[in-house]
Amino acid sequence: MNGIQDTTATAPMAAQTPPPVSDFDPFSMDFFRNPFPVHEYLRNLGPLIYLSAYDVYAVARYQEVHRVLHDWETFCSSRGVGLSDFAKEKPWRAPSLVLEKDPPEHDRARQVLSKILSPVTMKKLRESFQAAAERKVDELLARRSIDGITDLAEAFPMSVFPDAIGVPSEGREHLLPYAGLAFNAFGPSNELRNEAIAKASPHIAYVTEQCQKHNLSPTGFGAQIHAAVDTGQITAEEAPLLVRSLLTAGIDTTVNGIGAAIYALARFDDQWDALKAEPQLARAAFEEAIRFESPVQTFFRTTTRDVEIGGHVVPEGSKVLMFLGAANRDPRHWSEPDTYDIRRSASGHVGFGSGVHMCVGQLVARLEGELILGALARKVSRIRITGEPVRAFNNTLRGLKSLPLEIE
Amino acid sequence: MDIVFLSPDGSERRVVAREGMSIMAAATSNGIGGIVGECGGNAMCATCHIYVDDDRLPPLSPEEDELLEGTADERTEKSRLGCQIALTAEMDGLRVLLPEHQI
Repeated sequence: MNGIQDTTATAPMAAQTPPPVSDFDPFSMDFFRNPFPVHEYLRNLGPLIYLSAYDVYAVARYQEVHRVLHDWETFCSSRGVGLSDFAKEKPWRAPSLVLEKDPPEHDRARQVLSKILSPVTMKKLRESFQAAAERKVDELLARRSIDGITDLAEAFPMSVFPDAIGVPSEGREHLLPYAGLAFNAFGPSNELRNEAIAKASPHIAYVTEQCQKHNLSPTGFGAQIHAAVDTGQITAEEAPLLVRSLLTAGIDTTVNGIGAAIYALARFDDQWDALKAEPQLARAAFEEAIRFESPVQTFFRTTTRDVEIGGHVVPEGSKVLMFLGAANRDPRHWSEPDTYDIRRSASGHVGFGSGVHMCVGQLVARLEGELILGALARKVSRIRITGEPVRAFNNTLRGLKSLPLEIE
Repeated sequence: MDIVFLSPDGSERRVVAREGMSIMAAATSNGIGGIVGECGGNAMCATCHIYVDDDRLPPLSPEEDELLEGTADERTEKSRLGCQIALTAEMDGLRVLLPEHQI
């Protein structure tokens, strides 16, 4: 398994050798069911892999994933962060002003969002989010038999985040399907993507409408984005697109993050006991769940020049797939990577990405995760899985559709 | 090179760090619990807040200045973010005071 590393040692000649090839499909149901053995296989193949099924390159080791994330000049986002190359194909929607742009253009819009979603804002949100988390757990405790995904991992973010953005109560059932669509669209033209696009129009219509200034409450994140038009940071045409970023990336991701944490805590009794003993570990328990399950599994970049990775050349204009989930369990970087350990420092994991495009809403996600896990730890004595967990399938997101639980 | 981390309770720990490493990374890789570094050094979370009174540090960037407004414990004129300070040989023996809270 170290054969590839041996050849890299003989550079520069090694730069002429092609990378190892795999014909596996990273967007197949079989892979989504259990990606971890394939992740290990890919990491061991070498620092760079060529995936013949889609004519793309891929990185699965921590070091290379981190490098690609941080070198935005070589690995650009403006040609799309999915399989589709915007230089060759028309995107399914107007490109995002942050996710699908490069600096310096990217930075202007990004600064608007990062200011709104700053640590200062989190201090202001904490009290009301905390109260909502406690209410949710009390309500579920009264029921005892619950679905850990729909009743908890979905219901809690849905009870706080749309209000924080300031969208009307009506029609919120479109939010999760819209996000599912956006994350499926990063994949190839498979059944998941095609079906999502076939059903897309009502969800797109809803989201497009909510992004307009007149539909947003005057105090929420959405209104603050529109206020950035008045200060000249963004144009009136750009504001709705930035609101769209919050609606797309701010809910389903957090749902899957909280779902990952609940699933892990329900499976690993020692970690639940550790959290019960020290509820202040709730935030770390959430962070470690992001590392452990990587709710956002993959993103692509496109090369702006010929570039060498691990002794092989990736030609200009190539798509490079980053396996964030594989990097987050790379034993070259993490000790005991397959163990969910709420006491470890998960700092440096790439579950929120890293570099200039790192998740701008990560502080909101952590706040929600910390508060709901903290409320569970303080109020619930035991969590038991009472039925078969059902996986949700998406080309980018990893999570469950259903997790039958009994809590007491 | 060495860095000394002082806890609010008065205890101190000397750790070995490498040049080029950030103070945040020097702390997290040595198990200094008083620094979290949630965002991994991307200047986004303000959970590597430290107090340093030493003229060997690089100046505050506007980005760091803004984030320091969101620290959990009080910001003082000695407040910095550990992830934004890359260690240089001249900083050997630097003394870093940890806040009580990072979140």
